[in-house]
Amino acid sequence: MSKKMLVIGEAREGALRNVTFEAIAAASKIGGGGEIVGVLCGDGNLESLGQEMIYQGADRVVTVSDEKLKTYTPEGYGQAVQAVIDNESPEGIVMGHTSIGKDITPKIASRLESGLISDVTEIDTDGGEIVFTRPIYSGKAFEKKVITDGLTFITIRPNNIASLERDESRSGEVSSSDVAINDLRTIVTDIIRKSSEGVDLSEAKVIVAGGRGVKSSEGFEPLEQLANALGGTVGASRGACDAGYCDYSLQIGQTGKVVTPDLYIACGISGAIQHLAGMSNSKVIVAINKDPEANIFNVADYGIVGDLFDVVPKLIEEIKQANVNA
Amino acid sequence: MNIFVLLKRTFDTEEKIVIKNGQIEDDGAEYIINPYDEYAVEEAINLRDEHGGEVTVVTVGEEDSEKQLRTALAMGADKSVLINTEDDLEEGDQYTTVKILEAFFADKEADIILAGNVAIDEASGQVGPRLAERLDIPCITTITDIKVDGENVNIERDVEGDVEKIETSLPLLVTCQQGLNEPRYPSLPGIMKAKKKPLEELELDDLDLEEDDVEQKSRTTEIFLPPEKEAGKVLEGESDEQVKELVSLLKTEAKVL
Repeated sequence: MSKKMLVIGEAREGALRNVTFEAIAAASKIGGGGEIVGVLCGDGNLESLGQEMIYQGADRVVTVSDEKLKTYTPEGYGQAVQAVIDNESPEGIVMGHTSIGKDITPKIASRLESGLISDVTEIDTDGGEIVFTRPIYSGKAFEKKVITDGLTFITIRPNNIASLERDESRSGEVSSSDVAINDLRTIVTDIIRKSSEGVDLSEAKVIVAGGRGVKSSEGFEPLEQLANALGGTVGASRGACDAGYCDYSLQIGQTGKVVTPDLYIACGISGAIQHLAGMSNSKVIVAINKDPEANIFNVADYGIVGDLFDVVPKLIEEIKQANVNA
Repeated sequence: MNIFVLLKRTFDTEEKIVIKNGQIEDDGAEYIINPYDEYAVEEAINLRDEHGGEVTVVTVGEEDSEKQLRTALAMGADKSVLINTEDDLEEGDQYTTVKILEAFFADKEADIILAGNVAIDEASGQVGPRLAERLDIPCITTITDIKVDGENVNIERDVEGDVEKIETSLPLLVTCQQGLNEPRYPSLPGIMKAKKKPLEELELDDLDLEEDDVEQKSRTTEIFLPPEKEAGKVLEGESDEQVKELVSLLKTEAKVL
C-alpha cells in the first residue's frame, strides 16, 4: 500500500544537510512508490535547494519563503510546515533527528494528534508492516516500533540510512507557497557560533574525542588538528567537560550526544559505561590510552597503549603523508 | 511564580541493560531522577528563590516514582504530584503521557513549566514540546541560561554547539540542557523536611480521563541488545610503528580513510 510522504528538508549555510537526503530515502522506503513531496522553509530564493531535493529522489517540492523564516523559530517554521501539511494531507512525514527536527516534530505531531517515532536508525518493510528500529538507553539497547494509529511520522538519526543515488536527470516541480507567518511569540536575537566548521557531532563522519587524559583545554589542540586532517570534528567525554577542558556541547555519552560516525578515535578516555553508550555503535573505533586495562579497549577495533601526546602528533603526520600519497 | 517541573524516573546511568522474556529486566536496578530533569528541578528552585512562588514537581508513572519525587522535594521543591497509571494503563507512548499532562495542566495556570531536554531511557524528547503545543504556550528546548524579568524572558539555548539568544514571554515551557546549572544534592534537613511536604497522588479518573482517551499511537514490538563488540586488536611495537600500522589498517582493513 503506497503512502504519500512529506519530507521536511533542512539547509545549513545555504546547502541542504545530508540527513535531508537520507530522509528522502527513508520516505521512499515507507511510501512504497507513493508521491514524495519535499518542503523547505527559509528566506530568499529556495528554488535551487528544491531542485536538489528532486535530484535526490523527491517528486515535487514546496518552498515557503519569508523573511520571518530566515532563522529557525519553532513557531515560524511550525506555521509554514503546518500550512503545507494542511494543503498536501500526507500519510507520512520524515525529517532528520537534528536540533531543528527534535524541536519542531513533536510540536507538529502534537497539533496533528499523531504519533511520532523519533531517532530511527533502521526501517524494515519486509513483513508488510513498517517496523522502525531506534536506540534506547543511548544505544545500550534497541527497540522496534510500529505506528498503530494515524500518520507515519518519524525522525531519522543522521548517518544511518543511506541516501538514494543522486540523479540529475530527474525532474519535478518546485513551487513556492505563500503562507502568512503570523507574529511570533519568540524571537531569536543573536546566534553565537561556537562549533567549528559547522560540522555537527551527530552528523560527523569522523570524531576525535578527548577525555580526562587530555589534561587541559590546550591539550585538545592536537586532537583538533587530527580532526582537521581527517575532515572530522572534536568531541569529549563527561570527564573532560566536568574538568572544564571543553564545552558541554561537545559531550558524548548517555548524557550528552549519542554518535555513530564511521571513525571514532578516543584519546585519553577510560570508557565509562555512560560514555560507551554514546559511541559504541560507531562503525570503527580507535582507542589511544596509557592504561592497558582501560575499558575503552573492550569496544575498540584498534588500540594503541601509549601517551596520546606522543601518538596523536605522529598520527597527524602519518595521515597527512597518506593523503599526499593518495 | 507558579512553577512546574516535569520529572521522569529512569535507570541509573551505571546500569547495564539486561533483557528477560522480551522485556528490560528491572529487578534490582537502581533508579534516579532523569539527569536532564535534575537540571529542571534545580532551575525551578532558583527561579522560585529569586521571584517567589511555588515549585510543583509532576510525574506520570508508577507508584515507585514516589522516591524520585521525594528527592526533588528534598532538593527544595514545594509540592509534588504523582499521576499513577500503574492500574489503568499497560502501555503508552508520548501521546499518552501528554494527553494525561494536558488534562492535569488544564486548570493550573502555570507561569513556567520546566522539563528535561530528553529522558535518557526512551530518549524521544517529545513530551515537553508536545505539551507546550497542547497548552498553546511557547516552548524553548535545550536551554542553557534563563533570565525572567516580569513577563519577559531571555534565554540562551544550545543548538548543536552554537548559542542562540532568544526573547520570549511567560507563560512558557522550557526543556533543560546540560550546562544550565549544577544540580544540588539534597541536604539532611532538606530530606527531613521533604517527608512532610505534600505528595498528591492522582489516577486517570481524577483527571476525568478514560483509558480510551489516552490510547497510544505507536507500540513497541521488540526490545533487543546490540551485538556484542569483540575486543579488537591492540597494536604492538614503538609508537612510530603502531601509528604506521594503524593508518594502514584504517585504509585497507577498516576502509574508513
